[in-house]
Amino acid sequence: MASLLGIKLELRPVDFHPGREHKGEELLALNPAGSIPILVDGDVVLTESAAILAYLAAQHGPDWLAADPLAIGQQQQWLSFAHRLTSALGGARLVEMLHFPGDLDALQANGVAALRELEAALVARRLAGSTFLVGGTPTIADIACFPYVALAPDGSVALDPYPSIRIWMRAIRALPGFIEMPGIHRLHELAPDPFAEAPA
Amino acid sequence: MTATAMRDAWYPVGLLSGLNRGGKESRLLGEEITVYGGDAAPKVVSGGRDLPVVERFGHLWTSLGSPDKDLFTIPEADHPDRTLVDVGVVRVKCSPLRAVENFLDVAHFPFVHTDILGAESHPEVAEYKVEIRDDVDEVWATKVEFYQPQAAKSPGEWDVIALFVQPLTEDLCDVWPWMALFDDETSLTDLIHFQQLIFLQDRPMDAG
Repeated sequence: MASLLGIKLELRPVDFHPGREHKGEELLALNPAGSIPILVDGDVVLTESAAILAYLAAQHGPDWLAADPLAIGQQQQWLSFAHRLTSALGGARLVEMLHFPGDLDALQANGVAALRELEAALVARRLAGSTFLVGGTPTIADIACFPYVALAPDGSVALDPYPSIRIWMRAIRALPGFIEMPGIHRLHELAPDPFAEAPA
Repeated sequence: MTATAMRDAWYPVGLLSGLNRGGKESRLLGEEITVYGGDAAPKVVSGGRDLPVVERFGHLWTSLGSPDKDLFTIPEADHPDRTLVDVGVVRVKCSPLRAVENFLDVAHFPFVHTDILGAESHPEVAEYKVEIRDDVDEVWATKVEFYQPQAAKSPGEWDVIALFVQPLTEDLCDVWPWMALFDDETSLTDLIHFQQLIFLQDRPMDAG
């Protein structure tokens, strides 16, 4: 989010695996829930992704926040929905990839149910003329939902059945300032843009 | 290599620092194994039988058969100035040999590790040498030259980077990346993150 807004954060790496540093004393003091990310800005400490997104956007990119009552409601809906994605698809990823304990079948089934909801919503958004979840431009709702959708294949949940999700992910990856991470590649320089006008 | 030779080979089954006395269930070549360690001497049990074990490179190694030779050595691992980095385990849905193949292939660098190990503007792989060294029963690729945007931090010395592959079944493996580097500037967490970054970029390709 900070990169999309063009602001610089000082990143502090955490040895999540194999060191489990997020469960260590220093980070538990900042966040008793023992989760990451954590944003520290002076005396301000935020430990929920949605709160961090809202805080950064409010200061540096108000266009990324919904403004009217309906849009605010929808944005909030998706921010909460992102928790389902994190627990289901993120959980499946930890079990499948890093040997975390958990019921893989149930996590994957919950993940597929959430992806189907998201696909249906994005189809409706496309029919209404927008690629993004709320309004015509990207908001913190898109950024909150994006990572664990894009990382679903790490938990052996395929994204092939969801064309609208794939178009939405491509639009997010094409945003200026987008940063890749392992499992989510940047757009290839040499790959043609499928939505480009055909040459005359 | 015969089926017996596969069983007689050494395989990694855990980080020595990650073992515990209560034991951890795992698999090796399709067979159930339990790996013990922690404050007890490391031990691997399969079907009520104690398997041979070797502790080396920070990992525990075992074999289902009767290895006729010692596990290979990496002389650099004993160099006092090298930092040895345990990267942890990553499960990959692919043939264990495919994980090895990915590690040896440089042609994917520009597209999978863009601007780290390769760049899309420099995709060419020059001819290099591959040989099977009968005396040590190993495959060697040498004289590999490739454009890499991010160079190693130890001029004049080779970094040693390994992927230790535990074949769980024919199409599933646990991979333990490991490194022995000359680098006293970068934090251990940063070194681990770099290797995880590279390997987690590979993982979807291997399983694809």
